[in-house]
Amino acid sequence: MHDTAPALELHDLTVAYHKKPVLWGIDLEVPQGKLIGIVGPNGAGKSTLIKAVMGLLPISSGWVKVFGQPLKKSLQRIGYVPQRESVDWDFPVSVMDVVLMGRYGRLGLIKRPTKEDREVARACLEKVHMLPYANRQISNLSGGQQQRVFLARALAQESDLYFMDEPFSGVDAATESAIITLLHELRERGKTMLVVHHDLPTAREYFDMLILLNMRLVAFGPTSEVFTNELLQTTYGGRLTILSDVAEAVKEQRILR
Amino acid sequence: MTTGAIALCLVISTSAEAAKVSDLTSTNIGEQALRFFSLQDPSLRFALVGSILLGITCGLLGSFIVVRKMALVGDALSHAVLPGVALGFLWGQTKDPFAIFVGATIAGLIGTTVVSLIKQTTRLKEDAALGLVLASFFAVGICLVTMIQRLPTGNKSGIDKFLFGQAAAISAGDVRLMAFVTLLSIATITVFYKECLVTSFDVGFARAAGFPTQLIHHSIMLLLAFTIVVALQAVGVVLVSAMLITPAAAAYLLTDRMHRMLLLAALFGMIAGVLGAFLSFLGNNLPTGPFMVLGASAVFVCAFLFGPKHGVVVRWWKRRSRSGRIRRENALKSIYRVLEERDFRDEGVALRELAQLRRESIEEARAESVDLSRHGLVSTHEEGNVLFFTPKGWQRACEIVRNHRLWELYLTNAVQYAPDHVHEDADVIEHVIGTETVREIERRLQFAKRDPHGRLIPGLEDIYPSTAGRRA
Repeated sequence: MHDTAPALELHDLTVAYHKKPVLWGIDLEVPQGKLIGIVGPNGAGKSTLIKAVMGLLPISSGWVKVFGQPLKKSLQRIGYVPQRESVDWDFPVSVMDVVLMGRYGRLGLIKRPTKEDREVARACLEKVHMLPYANRQISNLSGGQQQRVFLARALAQESDLYFMDEPFSGVDAATESAIITLLHELRERGKTMLVVHHDLPTAREYFDMLILLNMRLVAFGPTSEVFTNELLQTTYGGRLTILSDVAEAVKEQRILR
Repeated sequence: MTTGAIALCLVISTSAEAAKVSDLTSTNIGEQALRFFSLQDPSLRFALVGSILLGITCGLLGSFIVVRKMALVGDALSHAVLPGVALGFLWGQTKDPFAIFVGATIAGLIGTTVVSLIKQTTRLKEDAALGLVLASFFAVGICLVTMIQRLPTGNKSGIDKFLFGQAAAISAGDVRLMAFVTLLSIATITVFYKECLVTSFDVGFARAAGFPTQLIHHSIMLLLAFTIVVALQAVGVVLVSAMLITPAAAAYLLTDRMHRMLLLAALFGMIAGVLGAFLSFLGNNLPTGPFMVLGASAVFVCAFLFGPKHGVVVRWWKRRSRSGRIRRENALKSIYRVLEERDFRDEGVALRELAQLRRESIEEARAESVDLSRHGLVSTHEEGNVLFFTPKGWQRACEIVRNHRLWELYLTNAVQYAPDHVHEDADVIEHVIGTETVREIERRLQFAKRDPHGRLIPGLEDIYPSTAGRRA
């Protein structure tokens, strides 16, 4: 059984973006049932990390295991909340249509969403207090509401491991606290969440564990242990310029895939 | 919407008639139209069926092209197929639909491959790559077509018809290919609707959920290539992308659900196709492509102007009625102020008093009072010179004054505006603020009685006498 396996295990993960390395040799073993923040300065590779783990970006070297299995076998156990800006909100779909997309992965090819899928989608909308908007076109939503729709879609995936890309960016205070409540609720149910986060002060209070990232893994551990001046200095301070210089050189020489 | 389309079609058809009078002397238009729609003539039958089929498939594929923001890809692809058409022709030495289909599809695929190669290996972005491929492939195509026309059999070949389209040249073989591609498109989109939708909306999410996004993308591109190739005979290389984009764009303006957009776009494509074929036939086989595209553009203009939700006319009308309402509400507010200044003694307000307060002429005030009484907000007496609130008018006036003064108070108290900064703001807000917000503001202001200028704020019991006492 893999039930005690780590939710996510990375070994020597290196990722290049347009042939330029952005993440170097990341080793990580994420336990189940934790709410984990990924923090680091701009260009530290926070989004790149979760995208590479989900197979959205090619990996230059290293491997990824999800619940002790290769990624391909555990796609159904992964839920994803992309950055809000990554889609066109004028797209001709309703709120309900978007949340139903959360069910598509389980349905597999060809099969249509059933009545039960619609029930699940409605329940998920209710959880983020967006049920009254189910039949609205998505372009009429505020930023916070859009984020809630994305969360509802991820909930509808009924996954065990969630990746969220900056769910708190550009949302109102009410949405922020609604999201936090929801994340805590998911944690109660044993889910694991990795959340890319921009804001250091709130990172400290929101997350059980932190991944401090700046092109390499600076630290990973319980928030109380890694949220130290010294480690934050290493993460945010300008000491890593050598890595990015070398990354440029690697790009020039076209060494990596 | 439809009536508008028909009206525009009529305009277009009359101008087309005017153009072809010199071409057409022996037969009259009625007879020609009858000949076209009675489907007696087999070649006309092919033209009509072919146009319908291509309209449907262009509408369906076009919808996905538009929402995936690939409109330029469609344009580049359609120009890139021309060398393939010419080579297919040279291969069979006749206008063999199948040879041309194969040649054109291969050329189209080479074109898209070149675009992605340029994108991957250089710093050029997609639009430049598309422009490059479009122009260069098209140039090669034009050279080949000119060469073919110089061949002994060339001038009878009909290859020049591929530039601007000729529905009358559609053969039984063409129709069979069109039917095949249309059925293939309908089947693919119906069976894989869910996949097409999720990859078009959020490709990252779709991939994370395990969908083969690359495969789906390439399948849509292949269908697009097929659609373009079979539409060439009728619409022509130059304008086929318009048949992809225009019906879909019109549908996009009219609805905000993908499945409805697909149906509408297919319908619009069909209308444009038939219209183009018909008009080109009336005009003694003028090129079909331009007429089809004109038909599609007419539909688009109608959608743009008369769309029920986002149409220009509807928006203009809404703005107009909103400004009318604001004008009336301002007049009501002024009448209230007149009454307030004399402590609500003597209920009639003279037109002169209203004009004075509003700093306008008697005529303007009279026009306003006529508008108010037409909406049942005031009743006029003494030949329209004295105004009385109706119950409805009184209620609305109180609401507006209340909104205004509560908002002023809210700005000064809660937002710390200076009292002389709040009036203009409140003049706008009073018309748009909803009941819920008003109640909320009132609660936060702890049911204050006076505005920052010391005037009484009309309470709920003034507005709705039956609810008196609920204020506590």
